[in-house]
Amino acid sequence: MLFFESVQIALKAIVSNKLRSFLTMLGIIIGVAAVISMVSIGMGVRSNVQSSIASLGSNMLIVTPGASNTKGVRGAAGSRKTLKYEDAQAIKKHIKNIDYVSPTVSASYQIVNGHQNWNSSVMGVTPEYMGIQSLEVSAGSFITQENVDKRARVAVIGTTVATNLFGQENPIGKSIRVNNQPFRVVGLLKSKGQSSMGQDQDDTVIVPITTAMNRLMALTYVRTINVQVSSPDKMDQVEDEIEQLLRTRHKLNGKDDDFTVRNLTSLMETMTQTTTMITLLLGSIAGISLLVGGIGIMNIMMVSVTERTREIGIRKALGATFSNIMLQFLIESITVGVVGGVIGIFVGVAGAKAIAYFGNFTTVVTALPIIVSFAFSVGIGLFFGIYPARKAAKLDPIEALRYE
Amino acid sequence: MAEKDKDREVTIELRGIKKIYKMGDQEVAALAGIDLDIHKGEFAALMGPSGSGKSTLMNILGCLDRPTTGSYKLDGSEVSHLTDDELAYTRNRKIGFVFQNFNLLSKLSAVDNVALPLLYAGVGRSERTQRAMHFIEAVGLGPRADHMPSELSGGQRQRVAIARALANDPKIIMADEPTGNLDTKSTHEIMEIFEDLHAQGRTIILVTHEPEIAACASRQLLVRDGIITRDEGRGVVMDIV
Ligand SMILES: Nc1ncnc2c1ncn2[C@@H]1O[C@H](COP(=O)(O)OP(=O)(O)OP(=O)(O)O)[C@@H](O)[C@H]1O
Ligand SMILES: [Mg+2]
Repeated sequence: MLFFESVQIALKAIVSNKLRSFLTMLGIIIGVAAVISMVSIGMGVRSNVQSSIASLGSNMLIVTPGASNTKGVRGAAGSRKTLKYEDAQAIKKHIKNIDYVSPTVSASYQIVNGHQNWNSSVMGVTPEYMGIQSLEVSAGSFITQENVDKRARVAVIGTTVATNLFGQENPIGKSIRVNNQPFRVVGLLKSKGQSSMGQDQDDTVIVPITTAMNRLMALTYVRTINVQVSSPDKMDQVEDEIEQLLRTRHKLNGKDDDFTVRNLTSLMETMTQTTTMITLLLGSIAGISLLVGGIGIMNIMMVSVTERTREIGIRKALGATFSNIMLQFLIESITVGVVGGVIGIFVGVAGAKAIAYFGNFTTVVTALPIIVSFAFSVGIGLFFGIYPARKAAKLDPIEALRYE
Repeated sequence: MAEKDKDREVTIELRGIKKIYKMGDQEVAALAGIDLDIHKGEFAALMGPSGSGKSTLMNILGCLDRPTTGSYKLDGSEVSHLTDDELAYTRNRKIGFVFQNFNLLSKLSAVDNVALPLLYAGVGRSERTQRAMHFIEAVGLGPRADHMPSELSGGQRQRVAIARALANDPKIIMADEPTGNLDTKSTHEIMEIFEDLHAQGRTIILVTHEPEIAACASRQLLVRDGIITRDEGRGVVMDIV
């Protein structure tokens, strides 16, 4: 018998039992849609993490005060004060294969211009910060080494701060008060928009690190030292050298480290691994519902075979072979899988978009979960159809005809 | 056996056919050893009391069922060794079977029901419909071709079933009480069709309880307790037991 005829018979059977066919498909629809939308959430998390790490720059080592908590114990509070501005200068001076060394401090202050005031985070940086963060100024200039050396009261402001304090006015050359001290605005940062984590990157005030430490915050230590290594294969070597240098400088003599050097590349790898795991986990939980949908198909096909025993008997009496009947029922269950799969893809993609829209989540719809879950639903239609179809095809014609 | 048929070719040859049903530890012999020759172009009627084994015999003759033991030769070749699919092929091409309860597919129109054997014979769609229409018209149901079985009377349904049995133009037509569910008028119409088919040279075997119907046949066989006890045709009577 022609393949096309079997498809027609199967489609007729599906159409003549619309509600039941739809309910059977629903299991597959939900399963496929769940896989696609869950995986899109996982992929969204992954791309967020990746881009936020990437936005910190490539080949980055980040030195922070305090011991790493690998042993499960955080260093004492005092250990937070161990990293000095001089450490950054020493790294720059003694270690090779380094492009930039950028120590930073930060705190939140009220920024005032006349009657306007605005709360923003104030960063104390060196000129290298600009390169490391790939910042650009749209007007004026960035902090210079001279500013740092002289502890100048100058500031570079982000666009959010500028509009809140100056409106449409040009802020360059104007004076603002940070923590009641006058600062001259020397530069306006080009807008960077929101970070992938949803932070406004334009809501910032940048001042020379020496000014920030001595005049504003009265700090003797820095918050982080970002180090950009010249090439990726030097990362481990530079990391070791920084650790040795700081141990010597901090006179640790075998005591636990009071600082941590993080390698962003390896952090990125770990995070990517973790988010991939999360994606897989979400996907496989959703996959279980696909499996349950498949069992639903099998259940309905079993009922359908029993219900149509007489039909099968008649068909066999008229000359239908084992494969004729097998094909008829297999195509029926595969069709349920295919149609359910296709609808499920649409629902899943729409679901992912809806989650992104209403849930303020990033979702990333990729081809792979669509292809895999579609292939899976067709496979499920096939696999769970085989047993009922075989059962139908093996029926004895006389017994089938006698069935009431 | 009718002398006149002696020289005609034998189309069905049964030897020692037994059908034993096991009911728990009890054995019921529905057929207790049937020897029977049917010649080409014969019209044979099977008669006998209820439970005597007529349907059991017809199902075996129609290749719907297999005998427990014995030999069944159809056109000279043994069918009891055939695989299920080979039996399906035989049912499809060589035998047209008519059931007492019509056995039409309720979700298919009359013409689609008639076209079913052609579907399993691998005939293409348009030719299938054309040939099915031909047989629907031959049984006088042309105007009802697109009706569903539920929209037809019992007699009309049985005519659809006969048209279906004819679809692949088989040489042998078998019918198990084809008029059992019909009134007198429909019975006459159906019997006329069978007589026509016989006149066309087809071999016909039918089961009936009614002597008038059996009288249409050229040969009457009496089944009792699973054996043929009487074989009567064209004035020759053979009491076998
Ligand atoms: N599937 C079966 N299992 C057990 N016994 C069976 C089965 N089919 C038929 N029989 C028995 O075989 C015997 C013959 O049955 P069969 O149906 O051939 O009778 P019949 O001559 O067609 O009767 P009727 O005229 O009432 O149709 C009966 O005794 C019946 O009980
Ligand atoms: Mg019977």
